[in-house]
Amino acid sequence: MTTVSESPTIGRDAAASMSPAIEMTAATKRFRTPDGSSYTALKNLDLRVERGEFCAIVGPTGCGKSTALTLAAGMERASGGAVRVFGKEVTGITPNAGFMFQTDAILPWQSVLENVAAGPRYRGVAKNTAYRDARDWIRRVGLAGFESNYPHQLSGGMRKRVALAQNLINEPELLLMDEPFSALDVQTRAKMSTELLGLWEQSKPAVVFVTHDLEEAIALADKVVVMTAGPAAGVKATFHIDLPRPRVVQEIRFDKKFNEIYQNIWEALREEVDIAYAQTTRSVAPDGKEAE
Amino acid sequence: MTMSSLDNTVTDQEQQPLSTEARSGGRKRSITRRRLKVLAVQLGIVVVLLGSWELLVRGGVLDALLYGQPTRIVNQLYIWVTQGTDNGSLGQQITVTIEEALIGFFIGTALGIVFGVAMGRIQFLSEVIGPFLKVINAVPRIVLGSSFVVMFGLGLMSKVMLVIVLVFFGVFFNAFQGTREVDKNFIANAEILGASKWQVTRQVVIPSAFSWIIASLHVAFGFALIGAIVGEFLGSQEGLGNLIRQAQGNLNQNGIWAAMLIMAVVALIAEWLITRLENRLLRWRPPQHSAAAEA
Repeated sequence: MTTVSESPTIGRDAAASMSPAIEMTAATKRFRTPDGSSYTALKNLDLRVERGEFCAIVGPTGCGKSTALTLAAGMERASGGAVRVFGKEVTGITPNAGFMFQTDAILPWQSVLENVAAGPRYRGVAKNTAYRDARDWIRRVGLAGFESNYPHQLSGGMRKRVALAQNLINEPELLLMDEPFSALDVQTRAKMSTELLGLWEQSKPAVVFVTHDLEEAIALADKVVVMTAGPAAGVKATFHIDLPRPRVVQEIRFDKKFNEIYQNIWEALREEVDIAYAQTTRSVAPDGKEAE
Repeated sequence: MTMSSLDNTVTDQEQQPLSTEARSGGRKRSITRRRLKVLAVQLGIVVVLLGSWELLVRGGVLDALLYGQPTRIVNQLYIWVTQGTDNGSLGQQITVTIEEALIGFFIGTALGIVFGVAMGRIQFLSEVIGPFLKVINAVPRIVLGSSFVVMFGLGLMSKVMLVIVLVFFGVFFNAFQGTREVDKNFIANAEILGASKWQVTRQVVIPSAFSWIIASLHVAFGFALIGAIVGEFLGSQEGLGNLIRQAQGNLNQNGIWAAMLIMAVVALIAEWLITRLENRLLRWRPPQHSAAAEA
């Protein structure tokens, strides 16, 4: 599989002396299926995310977007190729990273305060200090007053904010997000995205944001990576997004330039979506397209 | 700042789940009435059952010696309370049995949790110990009571051992299963946030498994009482099981029933306490469907 790299616009170049936040070269991930055969989720994936860069990964369902994230987080080990985070080969859980899951991963038996303070507490920070910082972060994500509530008493959007605060309190240099807002309604989702950008600009960690939603990807990211349909997925194309910041996600879709970029990327994405659709429905044989 | 616009969402749209109790004014009364109705019917059932039993015995249809008689059961209880039993005061008998059950219950539960969680977390351990536990579980463990009486004598020890053996397995299997069922994302999230293996076990696995463990405690306490009674039955000098055995020897059906009644009261009190513990430990769960939400 070839890796086409299109750069319609010139992306900003990070300082060459520093190792990038993520560097995957020919990363491959095979899983053993329950019946004993093996399934190749990723094949020869090349991905580079600079420090402080907001990178969105889009691709059809089941293309291994999430798998790429788990490799970077150290939750899974690559079966082949190299995965480096801040210049270091990933061998276990990546230390200075945060991860936001698609489903809720905050602990339902802990209050908002306990959940947000968890990271520092795990890392040995004294309870008072951890709680003080946690209160600050709870305020920053707009949840002041809900410190002693349990997750089940919160709405989906509020739980996402808890998860965000829980990650950001650790001041990660790399934030991995696996379709974090996909369960939210459209309005809440746009608001959360704008909020995320606001928080991101304060500390500028590198972000890898996996999503189905191309609109969301363009609105948020400096760089959009389109992946090919799985199995054995790789990078199809990379696009740099030079829309000015700060951006307001709710309004950016009215921007003319946004639409140009959207059409551009959609061209690349559509083919893969069709292939993936044909595979899942098994209706139309994806004849000529598989050769790509 | 974007923050202020977010605050609106929080207060208007999202706080709703918190204020459900606001509209419970008129509904409360109809709920109370319904409760009373249920209670009345339940009382009716008890009166009819006990009444017909009593009448059947008095009318000579059932033999009082073989079947006992409600009024005489009450009378037996009265005699035990006022004059004591052959083994000493009734309170003493109850205390002995509860003591055996409680000590065994706590030790058995603690062991069950420790083994269950450890084996759920450590693959190697479960591979090594798993088959042994399966074998022991297949043994009819109540029979061990006889063996324990021989080994440890007629006192407290033999009953406590039997209770431990009976309690352990129920708690163990639930703790093990609960540990296995922990949401993988919870564990991954905690690890990425910086938790060590032990911190994951303490902060994530055990609390998560607790809804399983607590569910097993209801059954386990029942087993604890059975263990204590059977243990006493098999060989002892005091306790409720001993009373039952004596009553059986004397063909005193009323005595057996009376002792059983006392056991039931003890079990109900224990059940109530465990439910309170459950509500306290699992107060993080949504109140409406506390059990169903976890399953």
